[in-house]
Amino acid sequence: MSTTDTTASGASDFAIDPASMRHLAEARVNVELDTGDMVLNLGPQHPATHGTFRLVVRLDGERVISADPVIGYMHRGYEKITEFRTYPQVTTLINRIDWLSSFANEVPFVAAAEKLMDVEAPPRAQYIRTILTELSRIATFLLFLGEMGLQVGALTPAFYGFRDREHILNLIESATGGRFHPNFNRIGGLKDDLPWGWLAECRSTMQIVFDACDTFENLVLGNEIFAARCKGIGIIPPELGAAYGVSGSNLRASGVDWDLRRDGDPYLVYSELDFKVWTHSDGDSFARYWVRLQETRESARMVLQCLDAIPAGPIMTKVPLIIKVPKGEIWVETENPLGQMGYYVVSKGGTGPFRVKIRSASFSNVSILPWLLQGVYVPDVITILASLYFILGDIDR
Amino acid sequence: MVALEIGWGTTLAIKTLVVVMVIPLGALILGYTFLLKMMSHMQSRLGPMDPGGFHGWFQLVGDGIKFLQKEDIMPADADKKVFAMAPVVVVLSTFLVFAVIPMGPDLVVVNLDVGIFYALAVSSLSVIGILMAGWSSANKFALLGALRAAAQLIAYELPLLLAVIGVAIQAGTLNLQDIVLAQQNGGIFGWDVIGNPYILTQFVGFGLFMIAAQAELSQTPFDMPVAESELVSGYMVEYTGFRFLFFFIGEFGTAFAFAAIAATLFLGGWAIPGVTGDLANILGPLVLFAKLMAVAFLMFWVRFTYPRLREDQLQALAWKVLIPIGLVNILVTGILKVTL
Amino acid sequence: MPKLPGLIGGLGITLKTMLKPAVTVQYPHEKETPAPRARGVIALKEENCTACMLCARQCPDWCIYIEGHKEQRPPRREGGRERSVSLLDRFDIDYSLCMYCGICVDVCPFDALFWSPEYEYSENRIGDLLHDKQKLGEWMATVPEREPLEIGAEPGKTAKK
Repeated sequence: MSTTDTTASGASDFAIDPASMRHLAEARVNVELDTGDMVLNLGPQHPATHGTFRLVVRLDGERVISADPVIGYMHRGYEKITEFRTYPQVTTLINRIDWLSSFANEVPFVAAAEKLMDVEAPPRAQYIRTILTELSRIATFLLFLGEMGLQVGALTPAFYGFRDREHILNLIESATGGRFHPNFNRIGGLKDDLPWGWLAECRSTMQIVFDACDTFENLVLGNEIFAARCKGIGIIPPELGAAYGVSGSNLRASGVDWDLRRDGDPYLVYSELDFKVWTHSDGDSFARYWVRLQETRESARMVLQCLDAIPAGPIMTKVPLIIKVPKGEIWVETENPLGQMGYYVVSKGGTGPFRVKIRSASFSNVSILPWLLQGVYVPDVITILASLYFILGDIDR
Repeated sequence: MVALEIGWGTTLAIKTLVVVMVIPLGALILGYTFLLKMMSHMQSRLGPMDPGGFHGWFQLVGDGIKFLQKEDIMPADADKKVFAMAPVVVVLSTFLVFAVIPMGPDLVVVNLDVGIFYALAVSSLSVIGILMAGWSSANKFALLGALRAAAQLIAYELPLLLAVIGVAIQAGTLNLQDIVLAQQNGGIFGWDVIGNPYILTQFVGFGLFMIAAQAELSQTPFDMPVAESELVSGYMVEYTGFRFLFFFIGEFGTAFAFAAIAATLFLGGWAIPGVTGDLANILGPLVLFAKLMAVAFLMFWVRFTYPRLREDQLQALAWKVLIPIGLVNILVTGILKVTL
Repeated sequence: MPKLPGLIGGLGITLKTMLKPAVTVQYPHEKETPAPRARGVIALKEENCTACMLCARQCPDWCIYIEGHKEQRPPRREGGRERSVSLLDRFDIDYSLCMYCGICVDVCPFDALFWSPEYEYSENRIGDLLHDKQKLGEWMATVPEREPLEIGAEPGKTAKK
């Protein structure tokens, strides 16, 4: 259906007997059907979309008239699967929702269960959880800084992103046993304490992170061609973004000063850390890249603060061997790397949750695409998709 | 050494062999050195190491053999004859360019008086091949890529030409052999140890030529036609097997040819000042090869570092920035040539 | 000194990276050693296992297959009751299903399952990925020593398995 109904509005200017103009009206109808739009199917297999994401785009030459995202190619039925699993099993599975920052997916769920059970993890466990969450944030953003350069055309930054991410993944592996899926949280604390020498290695890895951020700033952010491609592209107005549910760095790049680590319900040890929330006033793709670069540096500084302040002590409180969460329901949301993630856990006193509703960040981030992509060029579609930074596992669950 | 007495039949055979062999060999060497090894090291990795034992030198040859034994697939809706002819047209233009590049005082396949004019004219034939490929593929992505390519390649012919005109004015001739000899025998600032490579005086022209050559080769930052992350190879997307091999050879062969033209026009080609006669005939190809690799290093270095420009920004750069600079360059060169 | 345009700075970075050695580890000629805690494969210590089925029940993928039987043993003291002992007939882990979560290793009350960082056990047929109890026993040789914990951990503890 054509979105430009110029014929319908133009007819009101004619004050002529319609019957005598009938042939013209029919001619206009034929012209209307023959608009010459081209329908382009971006995906579900396409290098620009991070996973099986399909975008049906109507083009007029190189301009987009309308864009419809089609999601669901990777739906794995998470909310249904949690109805038949126990709490430790669910913790294992939800690692895989947003697989790039998998530790950050476990944190809100475990926090929800702990709140319903009215137990609190000991301070050392909270600090280690914060360090690992920020490490997964750094890992996700390093990949973003690299692959957004790739989507815009530069081949090299992507490799630097993967190369520098390896150090973070090795850190996570030496502490938890898994590079991508740590499965380290337990209700009441953590599975195990850190191995010998981990804190010193973490400190030296943060220096690598700072150097990587400087490299990306010089190679990508300072590049005039990158600026020409990204400035002014895909501007999200702050009120519209908030109305659509866009969250995380995307909204902060539009000037909205909102970060759940500082403004939401206090969780982990963020209330004791001194960190800055970075915002940018432009709201275009360049601003989103800039905000994520600054947030990577800020996360590295937060990790260094945690390393200085980490207390000694146990990492697990006393919880029964078979975890049974008492009846109740609770909503917990956290600031994940991709945006705002939340779990609504309904428990009826069993060994597993009765129902879990997962609010994933990318699902809402992607909902703004039909509005955002109107009237842009095809290359800008790719730039906007890359700058919004969604993960398919997070959209489809 | 005595110059060899060869009959015209043998000469013709040798010349044909040179024209046919040098482009695939050049494409192979350029592809291996820059695409496989230099790009890998710029990305902090090693590239192919196993094929052939020593740092993977056999990789591209193996790739070529692999492409040759693949099934010949054509899309069902494709225009069969045009689809088959398109890669041939693209590669043919590259082979023809190398016929005028001099590799020594006597080593030139055809010594045309309008050498550089012929080279540029023939290299722009590839636009037709690209359009044929994109149209006959019956694929919207291919069509988008081909139309972008046509607009881009035609727009960047002009800065290329204007850069070359500056050199032609300074040398006073269009004959490539005479341009090389002028650079060898000339002097700069009254000092003729290094001859007069035109890059020193025509540096604006050199910059223009490099930018325009980058665009003619559809390399980043001008690779919209083959934007890999959007259109997945653009006009080449439906091509497999040996037809894709033709496009690949065409891409790197044209890079080889443009690097050779740039080395000839701006760096002095096969000439080292003071070396003449039979020694120049032996050293000439090697010297040309070394200068050509230096120019190609620049082209590929830029290719692997920068993101790509959007189509309208690319056109604005050509029409609003490069062509005025080229015209001013010609004006200044003409004035200086007459007055100095 | 005026700031170089970003275009030139970018070229400098790629040139510098080209001149530094590459970070590639050429597997299979060179291999990296994974961390001691890396979850590579699960090893079984058969003498500790009592076929209690806790691991098989808690596995999210149901990839552990256990069969056991009870036997009678003579009483420990004169005139006592006969003891019954559980013996393991079959203990298979299907690594084509296993998602390496570690719940089985955690819940085992008798310390019969251990993690090992060994990762090179790919097979040509999916059926060969079902490791029986003999093969799982062989992995015990690759289980690393329990490593010491970081400063600040509870004193007197070492890493869990």
